[in-house]
Amino acid sequence: MNIEWSLFTPWSALAGGVLIGLAAALLILANGRIAGISGLLGGLLDGMFARSAQAGDEGRGEAALFLLGLLAAPLLWQLFATVPESHFSGSPITLVVAGLLVGVGTRYGSGCTSGHGVCGLSRLSPRSLIATLCFMGAGFVTVHVVRHLLGVAV
Amino acid sequence: MNKLTALLAGLLFGLGLILSGMTDPAKVLGFLDLAGAWDPSLALVMVGAIAAAVVPMALARRRSRAWLGGAMRLPSRRDIDRRLIGGSLVFGVGWGLAGICPGPALTLLPLGYWQGIVFVVAMVAGMVLFRVMESRGRG
Repeated sequence: MNIEWSLFTPWSALAGGVLIGLAAALLILANGRIAGISGLLGGLLDGMFARSAQAGDEGRGEAALFLLGLLAAPLLWQLFATVPESHFSGSPITLVVAGLLVGVGTRYGSGCTSGHGVCGLSRLSPRSLIATLCFMGAGFVTVHVVRHLLGVAV
Repeated sequence: MNKLTALLAGLLFGLGLILSGMTDPAKVLGFLDLAGAWDPSLALVMVGAIAAAVVPMALARRRSRAWLGGAMRLPSRRDIDRRLIGGSLVFGVGWGLAGICPGPALTLLPLGYWQGIVFVVAMVAGMVLFRVMESRGRG
């Protein structure tokens, strides 16, 4: 293992993480909801596609507003500073496949980096620990295969 | 009021994602690339987030209602089944291919990168596909 110190940004990573944790704390304490993005988004989509109105409708407005906040964050940031640039890799096909896998996988696995990773690990949930180990492990293996075995330059 | 706190929490979450570097797929992939020029930063995102949330989560567990009066909806499932493991593995492969997970995907959207838009459309399609498969499965 070869740590690339020039890319290491410990303070912004820690501070950003603390903000994420505080956001999750606010949503659970004030609203009684887990800040799991795939769960909130998937729940909204399920509601849209459900044949009839289901129980649990009351929480839909909250979920929508939380997601709206996520969308508004870069716009708020832009009022004060430039949002750091994002660098993508992969062809459009790769992005479509990746998006599909993330959509289906997070719904089957009942959570993603936020719901299992941040909220679940903070709750010391064994289920979330297993889920987090699975998706992190699969992420490490996938990048290894793509970059070092298939040799796709990124 | 509970809508306001939800919006505020979403905003705070999104700002945290931008500050931490999670909205840059190259940085996420740099973390997942153990054998390459490894960037350990994202481990610290997790450390910071858990450090900030662990006490509030413990407090939440002792309450039956949220501050604003709503029900405390903490997950109650403890079982580890094939769906949890299989779904998480599938998610991890997608995450490793693009370096984007659901939160950053949404936060990237208003920035107008075509890659972000393509990813979110596919991710939403995947979630709808899951719902369709689920309702078929139940007959």
